[in-house]
Amino acid sequence: MVDLGMVNWARAQFALTAMYHWLFVPLTLGLSFLCAFYETIYVRTGREEWKRLTKFWMTLFGINFAIGVATGIILEFEFGTNWSNYSWMVGDIFGAPLAVEGIVAFFLEATFFAVMFFGWDRVSKNFHLFSTWMVAVGSNLSALWILVANGWMQYPAGMAFNPDTVRFEMQNFWEVLFSPVAMAKFTHTTSTSFMVGSFFVITVSCWYLLKGRHIEMAKKSIVVASVFGILSTCYAAWTGDESAFVNASTQPMKLAAYEGLYDGERGAGIVAIGILNPAKQPGDKLDPFAFEMKIPGLLSLLANRDLNSFVPGINDLVYGNEQEGIVGVGTMMEKGKAAIGDLTAYKAAKKSGDEQAAQAALARFTPNQPYLGYGYLLSPEQTVPPVATTFYTFHIMVFFGVLALVLFACFLVFTVKDSIAEHKGLLWFGVASFFLAMLASQSGWVVAEVGRQPWAIQGLMPVNVATTNIGAGSVQTTFFMFLAVFTLLLAAEIKIMLKQIKIGPEGL
Amino acid sequence: MIGNLDTALLQQIWWILGSVVGSLFLFLTFVQGGQTLLWQVSADEEEKSLIINSLGRKWELTFTTLVLFGGALFAAFPKFYATSFGGAYWVWILILFTFIVQAVSYEYRKKPDNLLGSKVYETFLFINGSVGILLIGAAVGTFFTGSNFTLDDFNRVTWTNPLRGLEAAFSLFNLSLGLFLVFNARVLGAMYLVSSIDFSGRPQFEARVRRSCLISLVCALPFLLYVLVSLLLMDGFGFDQTGKVSMVAGKYLGNLLAMPGVLGLLLLGLVLVVWGVVSTSFMNGTRGIWFGGLGTVLVGLAVFFTAGFNSTPFYPSKADLQSSLTIYNASSSHYTLTAMTYVALVIPLVLAYIAWVWRQMDARPISAEDIEGRKAY
Ligand code: HDD
Ligand code: HEM
Ligand code: HEM
Repeated sequence: MVDLGMVNWARAQFALTAMYHWLFVPLTLGLSFLCAFYETIYVRTGREEWKRLTKFWMTLFGINFAIGVATGIILEFEFGTNWSNYSWMVGDIFGAPLAVEGIVAFFLEATFFAVMFFGWDRVSKNFHLFSTWMVAVGSNLSALWILVANGWMQYPAGMAFNPDTVRFEMQNFWEVLFSPVAMAKFTHTTSTSFMVGSFFVITVSCWYLLKGRHIEMAKKSIVVASVFGILSTCYAAWTGDESAFVNASTQPMKLAAYEGLYDGERGAGIVAIGILNPAKQPGDKLDPFAFEMKIPGLLSLLANRDLNSFVPGINDLVYGNEQEGIVGVGTMMEKGKAAIGDLTAYKAAKKSGDEQAAQAALARFTPNQPYLGYGYLLSPEQTVPPVATTFYTFHIMVFFGVLALVLFACFLVFTVKDSIAEHKGLLWFGVASFFLAMLASQSGWVVAEVGRQPWAIQGLMPVNVATTNIGAGSVQTTFFMFLAVFTLLLAAEIKIMLKQIKIGPEGL
Repeated sequence: MIGNLDTALLQQIWWILGSVVGSLFLFLTFVQGGQTLLWQVSADEEEKSLIINSLGRKWELTFTTLVLFGGALFAAFPKFYATSFGGAYWVWILILFTFIVQAVSYEYRKKPDNLLGSKVYETFLFINGSVGILLIGAAVGTFFTGSNFTLDDFNRVTWTNPLRGLEAAFSLFNLSLGLFLVFNARVLGAMYLVSSIDFSGRPQFEARVRRSCLISLVCALPFLLYVLVSLLLMDGFGFDQTGKVSMVAGKYLGNLLAMPGVLGLLLLGLVLVVWGVVSTSFMNGTRGIWFGGLGTVLVGLAVFFTAGFNSTPFYPSKADLQSSLTIYNASSSHYTLTAMTYVALVIPLVLAYIAWVWRQMDARPISAEDIEGRKAY
């Protein structure tokens, strides 16, 4: 029944399209606010050079925005095309934030985007400024709603299973909206996107400084971007810590995987730098690390806000740990299989009109219902996500977070002291910074999404049950279609972008 | 307060809301219509640029309305979203594809170093306006002609035709509906261009646009006629009190007669569209788009209401009648519909600011001056 080929192509396709979309989204989220800051300065001071500068960054923003929109539409419908069983099973909850996003956010973006680009001599100065702010607000509102949707998959709050419709139904909209996971996602994703936007400005400005062009504009841009960057980085570190803290209670397996923690311990330490032992498997006696540098106690502090608390490792979660009161996956799988059997019996009894048998099956089903998803697993080890992928991407992300703070601070200090042009090495670092930030940002999503495998919805529905009943061939074909068209459009975007940067702010 | 409404009423409200969004989308396809007129009515690059820049201020609105249509159906009728997108896979994928390439074309067409050259981006726009709209029409046509799917006890969809939705385009009815929408979009596109471009010094350009409005209507009429006549004559899908679906002779004619308001919408809508064309092509009017637009919305509403109300399954299955989707068996729960209805209360606000911005931006038509240098598409 389960077509493994199809599942993997559908996953690959989601990863491909989401990651392409994510090449453009952080820039939209961050640059829209920076444009709003620049324009505010222009309107306040009335100085033409700030207007020119604003228009320059807006041009780049527009080029990026168009392809962001192009790559977004496919995601909106991909839940239906490739994950139709998922869409039916949880559409009652999951569809809502997507619809709300359309109503409250996308129209705000789309409407005021036109004013921002074509309204310079059609509307008043203040109305134009207002529109630029609305684009920024709209973009970030859209982030809120889609991240609420994603957060719900990681931590399915505010819902209950309905055995008659065989689907999950919403019980509490506010629990879905304000779930701690959704809030952590929203704040962490937007704040890190502000960092990416700031680094984009720094990258382009540093290139100008190295070339000795548009020097004044570049410095002005850098000052604003690095102030915004410093604030965002501090906020990002805080919300990142918050994300890990929520992971500990909602997705302990993900936490264990990105820390490479196999055997849980009290006073667990954080791996600052480490190389995993590639031969390590859950349940064996090998050392998980070929090399590691640990900061003792920090993981326990991070995960449970208590230096001496117990942090479960992969082995505890898979095989159970009686001492710490952790139930193993094997037990949950048995309950899950029983639940599937009783649900089928319930449906059959209902169909034949045997109310008594139906109620009996339902009574057996209800206590096991929370384990329903486990019934579809093949082995307990299946609940372990790819450890190496999540471990390394997590460390790349955090490492860059620390580096970012140093970078922003250097740029701010040297630009204010007006000696930035002399620090050639730093300028080259600046040119590279946007690409590093993008890498960190993509890595964050890999941690979040690969780390929740094999679950489409944490604990409730593994990915192989979520798919559409369609041959792998169709999904494979569309995979390559999207790969080809997105790559082509990306190449066009990069060329246009580079050309516009070369042309510079003159003549706008 | 909304929570006290009974489920059936909420389901009907959401079918109406979905219909409104869908009909507004049909109105906003004036962007797609304009895209297909591009080569035909422009004589030189500057005229082309005027058209692109005039449409370029609105394309996002159309696009976003399509996205909202998808999102709203997902939230209100998840079984339809799952069945149709997962089942009629290829038709939706191709539609989406034409919108992907559209989204970059305005911004990239005239930018230096754009890799593909402006001809290719213009071709993208044409494909979106023709193939994209045609397939959307074919997909809407299946609301009446039915699709090839079955649902099992757990509501998983199996599509019984290997073309996965593309087969819809091979039915004369669906194809005609698609072609009608393509030409109707062109009618609207011409009307919109007339209202938004400053033609001073270009009387021939203006005459070409105004004429194309009429020609497009003439092309649209036979397809419209075919659709209407078949709709009135064909057997349709209906369900009884127990929810059992069967074929009913003259079902859609019956629907229109049973819901005279809907019939009124249809007739009034058609009259308004024709009036818009007359005023654009014969009376030198610039406000035809408002008549044509409102007319299209009314016709759209009539089509969706006929498909979904009066005990009619809106997404019928030819392969297994009992798998057909109705607004009552495909909807989300009472709770979700209630929550979404509260959210929908902000829609008037959204419409209000869109209208307000539109007025500010379109107070003065787009002139040659607006498209100079790098401040334009
Ligand atoms: C954190 C932010 C974020 C995330 C995780 C996503 N998006 Fe996105 N999306 C945006 C933030 C955003 C944005 C910033 O609002 C965009 C990007 C560029 C743009 O123009 O708007 C956008 C555009 C965009 C569009 C075009 C909107 C329009 O008509 O203007 C659609 C349909 C989607 N997205 C849908 C999705 C779906 C279904 C996602 C989940 C899988 C998704 N996006 C992930
Ligand atoms: C734009 C940011 C995002 C990125 C970069 C991203 C990344 C990924 C990656 C890498 C995968 C593949 C994981 C694997 O199969 O091992 C994936 C899968 C998936 N993601 Fe995301 N994701 C993003 C946003 C979202 C959002 C917002 C949602 C939900 C609203 C979502 C839902 C899914 C689903 C349904 C799958 C397929 C099932 C699966 O393989 O787990 N993703 N994503
Ligand atoms: C400073 C230290 C940082 C910490 C402690 C941290 C922590 C985390 C954690 C634990 C997650 C997984 C959340 C989940 O799966 O629920 C995550 C995700 C993510 N991180 Fe970070 N992060 C940091 C820095 C950064 C930086 C610098 C960037 C990018 C510039 C970034 C971008 C992301 C993104 C895009 C995600 C996916 C969205 C999400 O799940 O919230 N992070 N981060």
